[in-house]
Amino acid sequence: MSDNNMMTEAMAGRVIKYGDNVDTDVIIPARYLNTSDMAELAKHCMEDLDKDFTDKVRPGDIMVAGKNFGSGSSREHAPAVIKASGISCIIAETFARIFYRNAINIGLPIMESPEAVRDIDDGDKVSVDIGRGVITNSTKGKTYQATPYPGFMHDIMETGGLINYLKDKGEQL
Amino acid sequence: MGMTMTQKILAAHAGLEKVEAGQLIMADLDLVLGNDITSPVAINEFRKIGVKDVFDRNKVAIVPDHFTPNKDIKSAEQCKFIRKFAHDKEIVNYFEIGEMGIEHALIPEKGLVVSGDVVIGADSHTCTYGALGAFSTGVGSTDMAAGMASGKAWFKVPEAIKITLVGSLPKWVSGKDVILHIIGMIGVDGALYQSMEYSGPGLAALSMDDRFTIANMAIEAGAKNGIFEVDDKTIAYIKEHSTKEFTVFKADEDAEYSREIEVNLSSLRPTVAFPHLPDNTRTIDEAGDVPIHQVVIGSCTNGRIGDLRAAAEILKGHKVKKGVRVIIFPATQKIYLQAMREGLLEIFVEAGAAVSTPTCGPCLGGHMGVLASGERAVATTNRNFVGRMGHPKSEVYLASPQVAAASAITGKISSPGEVV
Repeated sequence: MSDNNMMTEAMAGRVIKYGDNVDTDVIIPARYLNTSDMAELAKHCMEDLDKDFTDKVRPGDIMVAGKNFGSGSSREHAPAVIKASGISCIIAETFARIFYRNAINIGLPIMESPEAVRDIDDGDKVSVDIGRGVITNSTKGKTYQATPYPGFMHDIMETGGLINYLKDKGEQL
Repeated sequence: MGMTMTQKILAAHAGLEKVEAGQLIMADLDLVLGNDITSPVAINEFRKIGVKDVFDRNKVAIVPDHFTPNKDIKSAEQCKFIRKFAHDKEIVNYFEIGEMGIEHALIPEKGLVVSGDVVIGADSHTCTYGALGAFSTGVGSTDMAAGMASGKAWFKVPEAIKITLVGSLPKWVSGKDVILHIIGMIGVDGALYQSMEYSGPGLAALSMDDRFTIANMAIEAGAKNGIFEVDDKTIAYIKEHSTKEFTVFKADEDAEYSREIEVNLSSLRPTVAFPHLPDNTRTIDEAGDVPIHQVVIGSCTNGRIGDLRAAAEILKGHKVKKGVRVIIFPATQKIYLQAMREGLLEIFVEAGAAVSTPTCGPCLGGHMGVLASGERAVATTNRNFVGRMGHPKSEVYLASPQVAAASAITGKISSPGEVV
């Protein structure tokens, strides 16, 4: 088991909320991708959608968005810069599939819950229990159930990402 | 209940007789692909896994095509890094400047994908090879790393949308209009997590270049893959380009689909996706008066020889509108040479267009045609998101090579019928 155990950590923070179809080009514009230094790239996270993001984000904050979050490019830099910027979890109605894979593979917790997205407002204080898939909104005093991770995606997230999972599994993959 | 074409390919590569939508499987890979943006991250992750070599040096392809020929020092460093990895790991299919092309035009041309294959690529437009009857899908760098190390990838078996093509394309309408029409109909998440499976009597009349364009933009509808039933044209293409053995999979008669759509090709019009989503489509008749500053013809979507021929047919004997910059990108060296031999490049230069070496450059706002604030481009590329081709206040209108060429002449979004 890796040190980086996502499932037992409680994520809690303020919500930064966006709308539908937040694409990878606004998460991290390609013009910056002449480097893969994620800390450097994080300075431009969300820049074309919300130029104040890097000033307002604090460690642990939770990003909430509508449908098809992370659509577009396969660039893993997108979930990686969100993670590097301090966001602890993304809750969306749905995720674009490559972003979904990438987030799981790099150990960035993501949850699908249309109910939570509808109800949660920007600035709400929210905590997330990844293992049980429960989202708690302490500002509104409500809880929401997210879709749990199926099968070995759960195990990948638990070990902190695909590379750790592969190392743990050794020859099995 | 039977399986879809995609499900059959995945089952065969997972060593299973049958798979069902939603099932998680581990599949063997026939090719793992990366480019100069995604491979550096993948190589770093690969090193963390702790294996010495890639699983099969013939089944990994690395194509430096995004910020190449290198646009700045940082890009050059990234390419140097992946070049060294390719050299150290003796990767057979590394393609240097001078032999490279835009990856999704190059890989089929080099015969590296055939029908029945399972391919992952750390580039979202890897779905292009569905035109050949392969399952191919975009992934991130960590998946590329794991794929290079193990020759395997995990997949959730997708449901499929069945798209039946009937009729035949009218004059000036091409594969780009087909896919823009479909995305306009189902939306940018209309095929989320699903396959788009194409078949029907209209298929026979679609060129391979049209099919590559249609499969290429499956991702723009959120799809996992777009895949075409294999026919005589597919087999002829594969035999011309590849010596690999291929397997033809066909969906079962009783396969279950999440949705079935019929597209009458005969009824389609040239179609344009307005900013800032590919599903914001209008037919050319509804486009209105949209003056433009730049035209880009090329990319993994529309940089093939058929696309260049279509553009040349319209540009021949015309001049580009004064004040409009037109940049044309043959997608591979082979296409470039073919276009030269056919006199297409001469037509472009005579018309006042610039012709570039293959690169993804402008499509993602990297180089070779970046837009300033307030500028508008008609592009045969695949995305028109905010800031995609440059400044966040620039605009990209997605269209076919035919519409792009006509617009280059008039300086506004135009139908080919207006100029020819």
